[in-house]
Amino acid sequence: MKYYKLIGLFMVVAGSVGAVSTAGAQDREPFDDYYCQTCHGIDGIGNSGIQAPRLAGMEDWYLQRQLELFRSGLRGRHQQDIEGLAMQPMAAKLTDSSIEEIVAWVGSWEYLPAPVTTVGDAVRGERLYATCATCHGDQAQGMASTGAPQLAGQNDWYLLTQLKNFKAGYRGSEPADTYGNQMRLMAQSVQDEEAMKDLVAYINTLGR
Amino acid sequence: MSDAVSRRDFLNMVAAIGGTGALIQAGAALGLMPATSQAAELSLSDQTGNGRSAVILGAGISGLCAAYELMQRGYDVTVLEASHRAGGRIFTVRSGDLIDEIGNRQYCEFDAEPHMYFNAGAARIPSTHSNVLHYCRELGVDLEVFVNENKNAYFQDDALLNGKPIRNGMFSTHVRGFLAELMAKSFNETELMESFSESEMETLLGVVRQFGDLDEHLRYTGSTRAGYASGGFLEHGTPHEVIEFKKLIHGRYMRESLTANEGETGPILMQPVGGMDMIIKGFLRPLEQRVRYRAMVRSVQVSDDSVSIEYEQNGEQHAITADYCFNCIPSHLMTGIPNNFPADYLEAMSYIRRGEAYKAAFQAKERFWEKEGIYGGISWVNAPIRQVWYPPHGIHKQKGVVLAAYDYGGGMHFTNMTQEQRLEAAKAQGEKLHPDYRQYVEKGITIAWHRMNHMLGCSARWQRNRGGWTEHEESLYHRLQQSVNGRHYFIGDQVSQHSAWQESALLSTHWALNDLAQRQRAEQSAV
Repeated sequence: MKYYKLIGLFMVVAGSVGAVSTAGAQDREPFDDYYCQTCHGIDGIGNSGIQAPRLAGMEDWYLQRQLELFRSGLRGRHQQDIEGLAMQPMAAKLTDSSIEEIVAWVGSWEYLPAPVTTVGDAVRGERLYATCATCHGDQAQGMASTGAPQLAGQNDWYLLTQLKNFKAGYRGSEPADTYGNQMRLMAQSVQDEEAMKDLVAYINTLGR
Repeated sequence: MSDAVSRRDFLNMVAAIGGTGALIQAGAALGLMPATSQAAELSLSDQTGNGRSAVILGAGISGLCAAYELMQRGYDVTVLEASHRAGGRIFTVRSGDLIDEIGNRQYCEFDAEPHMYFNAGAARIPSTHSNVLHYCRELGVDLEVFVNENKNAYFQDDALLNGKPIRNGMFSTHVRGFLAELMAKSFNETELMESFSESEMETLLGVVRQFGDLDEHLRYTGSTRAGYASGGFLEHGTPHEVIEFKKLIHGRYMRESLTANEGETGPILMQPVGGMDMIIKGFLRPLEQRVRYRAMVRSVQVSDDSVSIEYEQNGEQHAITADYCFNCIPSHLMTGIPNNFPADYLEAMSYIRRGEAYKAAFQAKERFWEKEGIYGGISWVNAPIRQVWYPPHGIHKQKGVVLAAYDYGGGMHFTNMTQEQRLEAAKAQGEKLHPDYRQYVEKGITIAWHRMNHMLGCSARWQRNRGGWTEHEESLYHRLQQSVNGRHYFIGDQVSQHSAWQESALLSTHWALNDLAQRQRAEQSAV
């Protein structure tokens, strides 16, 4: 952990020199790309106040893919994707190396399952989840081979928002977002908000 | 007839109102009810720190006020501030300053001159905000008059006069004239008038005539209050032609022209000489060694007799335990920081929505507005920028900083744009007021409070419906105002029913300090 902080400090100094050219620039307040915790909570525990999901425990390949999607605007540009719209510009200016550093930094945070806030019928949710298990795994543990992230332990309000966004096409509609396209198709089979809540209620019972 | 207010009814009403006012005053004198100015007063004088400690989370004005008052009473205070600067939403931007918007970091490139600053957050001090004024006096902060309304500034609306800007003075004179004519015409027909005597009627009609500058036939045919088209000094002035009322009615600013400068934003408003953050600097002078910057809180744990804080600074982990904690971290950020707050407290924190205020500013190469006879004040545009503010300071200097947009909430129009789009929109909309705007303005900055690092919002929003605060909202608010175990207090304008004003932030601190003092007195008398 300390190692990444040192990189961060180095970036702070390097960034301040590179970013500006006018006289006296060395006196300017430096900044870095280590701002994730402002929205996503301390050590990435997630923050309902900002509707920013838990990052701690997120797979590195998934996190990297999402940061790249946000950076290129393949995610977070739809006008109805309120939270995505907030995230997109925060990733837009990241470089390949800062994405790499953020992924490693987030990887240093301890996995803590998010608190349960959604009420639903977990028994019905279990039946519905059978379809999801193919990609996301029996225990919603995520599968690198299918490119589907872990769902267990994620903020339930976030899972609900994303299910809605996928179903409505606010997320996953960009042709170049191939995994998102798949999920968008799959989300069509979830009938309504009640079914979504049941699914999430079941996922809440896993991996804790 | 039954709906009309008779003179007796009216007098009864007046008497009733006077009686209530007298009752409140008497009640306040007896200490039964708080009068507005007294509710604010700190009563800590009998309470000294005696080596007790307090940790203050956040160096916004409420946190600094708490630290300042407690330190003066002998408390050992520590202020933890997550960002690189103190002041929170009291933010004066000057040459070289960092605007730490996540995803859109900017450095301000204004000329380094004392008058070339921009108050990106708090910008006005009403005369009625006695606690802000009290600290200005105590901290030696020089004040000057801030100009809010300027009769020579403009209203502009594409639906009004083909989009041609109209001077505030002309607009408001015409509106008043037509309204007065309307009143005068209905004078003899209203049942209300039956309750006035003839001489009273005459007086009243005189007032209405004066109000609108009506002619002897009680018609509005124009007024010199709207200025002259020509002449007026060596020769008699030629008045402007009257604009048809039907045309004025289509503009959105009919309402604004009558209300924008009433109440809290009515005259006289003030600003500190050199920038609003002079207040912050005043608080910081005695506190300088007590503030730790870039110190991000990682955990808040309240026990029966103390509060333990963990924080990170420069990559190092620190812990601090204090007798008391005063917390002005925005509630929507606090929900992402591990804590052991009670469930109802958390519920109240989670209820508040974050506001979306947005401001932009340009450096103007020339003070072009002064050539149009505009010295300070606000022009209104029926466009997303809403307002342009002309600086009341630095008059007749070469350059000035002009507020180029102020969206005070209710949308993310500019926030969702890139920096380039924001500045282009500000220029394009500014041209509606000043056709040559674009050639004068440069080095734009934007402050989207919704995305400012460590704040992510401006103007906490408790109220979700237009109809006023619900009972549920009232009860959540009063829960958040209460302490946890008498050890942890939330402060800041978020714990007020009138957010986005410094006065509310200061009063939230006073409320918490008074509550603390009361508890201490109770403990002492119990011993």
